[in-house]
Amino acid sequence: MTAVQTTRAPAARPPIAPPSLVRASATIVWRNLLHIRRMPEMLLDVTVQSVMFVLLFAYVFGGAIAVRGADYKEFLLPGIMVQTMVFSSAIVAMGLTSDLQKGIVDRFKSLPIPRSAVLVGRSISSLIHSSIGVAVMAVTGLLIGWRIRNGVVDGVLAFLLLLLFGFAVIWLGIWVGSMMRTVEAVQGFMFTVMFPLTFVANTFAPPESMPAWLRTIAEWNPVSAITQACRELWGNGPPAAADAAWPLQNPVAVSIGWSLVLTAIFAPLAVTAFRRRSRD
Amino acid sequence: MNAAPAVEAIDLVKHFDGTRAVDGVSFVVPEGSVLGLLGPNGAGKTTLVRMLTTLSVPTSGTGRVAGFDVVRQPTEVRRSLGLTGQAATVDEILTGRENLKLIGSLYGLPRKYVREATERLFARFDLLDAADRMAKTYSGGMRRRLDLAVSLLAAPPILFLDEPTTGLDPQSRSGLWAVLRELVSEGTTLVLTTQYLEEADQLADEIVVVDKGRVIAAGTPTQLKDQAGRASVVVTLTHAADLERAAELMSSCSQEVHVERGSRRLTAQAGGLGDMTRIAAVFETSGIELDDLGLARPSLDDVFLHLTGRRADAENASNPSTEGVAS
Ligand SMILES: Nc1ncnc2c1ncn2[C@@H]1O[C@H](COP(=O)(O)OP(=O)(O)OP(=O)(O)O)[C@@H](O)[C@H]1O
Ligand SMILES: [Mg+2]
Repeated sequence: MTAVQTTRAPAARPPIAPPSLVRASATIVWRNLLHIRRMPEMLLDVTVQSVMFVLLFAYVFGGAIAVRGADYKEFLLPGIMVQTMVFSSAIVAMGLTSDLQKGIVDRFKSLPIPRSAVLVGRSISSLIHSSIGVAVMAVTGLLIGWRIRNGVVDGVLAFLLLLLFGFAVIWLGIWVGSMMRTVEAVQGFMFTVMFPLTFVANTFAPPESMPAWLRTIAEWNPVSAITQACRELWGNGPPAAADAAWPLQNPVAVSIGWSLVLTAIFAPLAVTAFRRRSRD
Repeated sequence: MNAAPAVEAIDLVKHFDGTRAVDGVSFVVPEGSVLGLLGPNGAGKTTLVRMLTTLSVPTSGTGRVAGFDVVRQPTEVRRSLGLTGQAATVDEILTGRENLKLIGSLYGLPRKYVREATERLFARFDLLDAADRMAKTYSGGMRRRLDLAVSLLAAPPILFLDEPTTGLDPQSRSGLWAVLRELVSEGTTLVLTTQYLEEADQLADEIVVVDKGRVIAAGTPTQLKDQAGRASVVVTLTHAADLERAAELMSSCSQEVHVERGSRRLTAQAGGLGDMTRIAAVFETSGIELDDLGLARPSLDDVFLHLTGRRADAENASNPSTEGVAS
């Protein structure tokens, strides 16, 4: 029918140079971080709340929790940091749903940018968000006696494992965020998932003291592997109990494996759900 | 005239499980013209706009914008259009200026251009004073204007506006109309949806009336009004006492005359200007004093109600005040 043709521009049109994925994502990250700067209360979930967890467990419950061969505060810190990182999935989900709900995603989609920029930008800013939380935890930890005892290389490796794990759980967040209609629903759902996920683990107490069936679940929980990995790399606790499940005997390799497996499961689900949501 | 269409819809269909939101809609918008998509709530206007702006994938049919297929060439389509959706999609946490900076950067526009265009657009939309305030402090009308400024940043040749004046006060509405007319005079093609007949009448060259996902009428505002019924001659008397005699006089010229006592107004069906001059001549010689004499076309309201089959209410409402005088 009609041949491709250019339409006369009303005024002189400015040069439009559709940005690359990297540039578009960077712009969206800038925008999301501006939100955090304008509303620092957004950080409460990974700062004040986590500090409270540290203080509660270190000084209130800590005395009652026996950890063989380690100071409880040192034992606790890696667990809290993993919990903070797992939280990025809730953060990404709430941010995405809010943008979908308010039509911001539609606005972005009407622009000549790669569609994935919305997700990439959102993921990166959520990782930065939870990393701020991890940094606050590290400072809090240093103040109450937590230390990295095994040198710089292992110390950095543990932080990289944390980031990798954060990246993996972010897909879960994108999946949930694409399927739910309101921020409140996302919040309710994510908290329901997040609490058992981070508590039925070795985060706050050694799993040896749990009933056998619960201990099995806790030891196969990805959160436990990554927590154990950080503890060992930072020198914050003893190796897993001799009778602990296999993942805890090889925590570093297993937490890398878990991150890859979780990504392999949730990334396709997330992308499909986001695409479906954005077709209507 | 090169009438290459700026926008084409060819048998567009969109089904949401169970709902036929758009059920085979076709139209053509020539370059530089204004199309008004008119329809009641749920007619499918927003769904049509979303398909044509690549936000929603059609179930079937074809859409073209600036000659590009909305499904196969979305990036080219997005470069050619500006969109102001039904709900203002400004970022509330950013300031007005930052909103434009964000969108400018996503278009890959030069920073200098964005800065200058922002000043120009904010001056035009009367937003300069609020430019550095967070958009959440804006009023509804200001958000709309900011949304429009964002849509215009890349000077798109084709602009889609989904109910642009819904929720605006009359003054803001006519202000927005003025801006839109200006854009059209510069050559922008406009596709706008509206529930306000007046708006379509004021702005559109062509109107497509949709209801339940289908086109139920299309044409220029004048054509649509002609479809809905003939014009009428309306006479307003100075003295109510003359009503009876005036009605008789008018009956000699027209088959159907309505008398409204309260407003001293008589309405006669008319074929056109000829009838009006005849009636004017009759009153000239009768000595009856007139306040006003004119030709009234049916309003788009009449057209709309007529077409969507929701005219009955309107008739019932107006009957008691009107009294038929048969000839
Ligand atoms: N995402 C969706 N999922 C399911 N149904 C939808 C969706 N979007 C629209 N619909 C349905 O499609 C129909 C047309 O809706 P649409 O929003 O296009 O109407 P509209 O003419 O823009 O109405 P309004 O004047 O109220 O804005 C409605 O029945 C609506 O409920
Ligand atoms: Mg609508």
